[in-house]
Amino acid sequence: MEENRLLIKGGRVIDPANNLDEVTDILVEGALIAKVSKNIRGCDKIIDASGKLVIPGLVDMHVHLREPGREDKEDILSGTNAALHGGVTSLLAMPNTSPAIDSSFVVGILKDAIERSARANVFICGAITKAREGKEMAEIDKFKGQGVIAISDDGSSIDSEEIMSDALRLAKKYKILPICHCEDNKISPRGVVNAGFTSTRLGLRGITNESEYKRIERDIKLAEKLDAALHIAHVSTKESVDVISRAKKRGVRVSCETAPHYFSLDDSFVLSYDANFKMNPPLRSKEDMLAVREGLSSGVIDVIASDHAPHTENEKDIEFERAEFGVTGLETELSVAITHLINNKILGWTELVRKISLNPSRLLGIDKGTLGVGKDADITVIDFNKEWVVKKEEFLSKSGNSAFLGNKLQGLVEYTICAGKVYKWNS
Amino acid sequence: MTWNRKDLLGLEELSKEEIESILSTAESFKEVSSRDIKKVPALRGKTVVNLFYEPSTRTRVSFEVAAKRLSADVINIATETSSVRKGETLIDTGRNIEALKADIIVMRHNFSGAALMLARHLNISVVNAGDGWHEHPTQALLDIFTLKEKLGRIEGLKVSIVGDIAHSRVARSNAWGLTKLGAKVTVCAPKMLIPPGMEDFGVSVTHDIEKALKDADAVNVLRMQFERDGETAFPRQLEYFKEFGITQNRLKRAKKGIIVMHPGPINRGIEMSSQVADGENSVILEQVTNGIAVRMAVLFLVDKTRDGRE
Repeated sequence: MEENRLLIKGGRVIDPANNLDEVTDILVEGALIAKVSKNIRGCDKIIDASGKLVIPGLVDMHVHLREPGREDKEDILSGTNAALHGGVTSLLAMPNTSPAIDSSFVVGILKDAIERSARANVFICGAITKAREGKEMAEIDKFKGQGVIAISDDGSSIDSEEIMSDALRLAKKYKILPICHCEDNKISPRGVVNAGFTSTRLGLRGITNESEYKRIERDIKLAEKLDAALHIAHVSTKESVDVISRAKKRGVRVSCETAPHYFSLDDSFVLSYDANFKMNPPLRSKEDMLAVREGLSSGVIDVIASDHAPHTENEKDIEFERAEFGVTGLETELSVAITHLINNKILGWTELVRKISLNPSRLLGIDKGTLGVGKDADITVIDFNKEWVVKKEEFLSKSGNSAFLGNKLQGLVEYTICAGKVYKWNS
Repeated sequence: MTWNRKDLLGLEELSKEEIESILSTAESFKEVSSRDIKKVPALRGKTVVNLFYEPSTRTRVSFEVAAKRLSADVINIATETSSVRKGETLIDTGRNIEALKADIIVMRHNFSGAALMLARHLNISVVNAGDGWHEHPTQALLDIFTLKEKLGRIEGLKVSIVGDIAHSRVARSNAWGLTKLGAKVTVCAPKMLIPPGMEDFGVSVTHDIEKALKDADAVNVLRMQFERDGETAFPRQLEYFKEFGITQNRLKRAKKGIIVMHPGPINRGIEMSSQVADGENSVILEQVTNGIAVRMAVLFLVDKTRDGRE
């Protein structure tokens, strides 16, 4: 037993699930947390965490691992390595793969692949409709039995109210989380950048705020009618935050997430036509960015998730309009959050840990995001004062399409512990 | 002389002084075209490649004439973008042209930002001959050159730009250039053809042609293209002419001597009547002539910067 024990000593442990924020020790035995208390002794394998933060491993509920189908961008092995590098121990794999995760057969294939190569905990989000075309339902009735914990047509929004209602009904019946990519394509067809001065200045088609919040309004209305739960992905506009805030106040079971780029960057970054700033939804105005921050601090926004969307250089270093949407995020999200939210006093540590670990776990119904005794030993140790510069060569992801290349960020993951296995980063 | 760029990508990034440098250089080149032997050796031994991803006759010919009057060798490449997905990337095409030891690429491209992207990847000069809806700097420069020649100044002039502002690179480049030089710019179009945030260019916006013409020293009339992809609700042609077309009648109510410009080709009877196009206020053909001088100046300046660096 002795060789399977690990002591994380003297760190500031932040564990909102157990209302804990104090300097203490954590003893890991095997894959589980055995003890959380001060002055634990009698263990040879020690991580000296003094002056460091010790938090539950991040739970990122919006990750594109690209397997099956686009293993040139990312695969389960590289994606989970990147996750661990960023302090993420659990993630939800989005279903817009090729083929889409829309049948029990494809879920089976994906589960085998995860079994074979995942280094972190990978949970599966199934598609809502076949091939994510918004027309015919995927095999949602079989998903629950296979361990699928959420459904989404992420990347596309479901135009048909009837199909969206069916999806919410099925999700309620099977107790899985429906995640909506809210975008009404008819409002801003073929847009590539935030509509406004920026789009006009660049001569590019714009995407309006309306195309996002109008669809959120509709989906909230449908969920309200069915008394069903609903989770809104990647919230990026001021109006979206307002709409969700009002719905929450009247008791709608709606939750939502935003991604690090929406609280740290605005559309002025796109002025260089650099496709590493091209994502959907697009980087919005400064006013929207500040509203997203406000939504985080007021609690309207429950979750921070990366929307990690790896793409090859050939798909990004081309004409802006032709470039793919999306940026990577697993290896930068925690540092971006520290740099922009903690340093600007938008969130305290406990609130940040909730949004980046505990809340997504609860929404997804998984027993993660906690450092409780007997729970899985998924732990991240952070040197929160350390500054570092984001470099493409240092990513473990296969792709380098980060919006933060060259940025100096604060807070570096020093150790990631996943199911008791220790990963030590840099030196 | 304030010029140390190897590329000309747009007017947004230029200072007032840089724009003035191009204009004054163009003034000295203008005389070349009126000589019996229309040639100077400024770019002798240099190679200019016209790389056109969009059909264009007048801009391409104007650049070709300009380069030849500077004694450069000119190669024209016209290519279709529809097959671009499977074809060579733009950067690869640019690198191949660079490997041929060309000195300047003049590029027209249907994607906004394409010229900037190419310039970032190449050491040779890139001159933007129009990229998507973004910029068409030499067109705006020749418009400004013509205005200045006619009215003696730009500062304080009232210039109205009328037409499809939303999809027009000419409108954007003119808005940047004119406002930098101190003109008061008004853009005029039906609501659906004014893009969002236009006021942030420092221009006024109106949907009333009478207002746009009132007090204006010049009006720049854009070509209307009705054959677009159906995403914007376009007015019908006759309706447009009735609401926004420039007619003799409308000019009568405008300032005496108002200058009428058009980047061409003109749709007679849609943007303006034939009488206006051929009338005494029109400087449309002078714009074409001045285009040569302006493009000679641009080719000369970008080449000189690069020579200076090598």
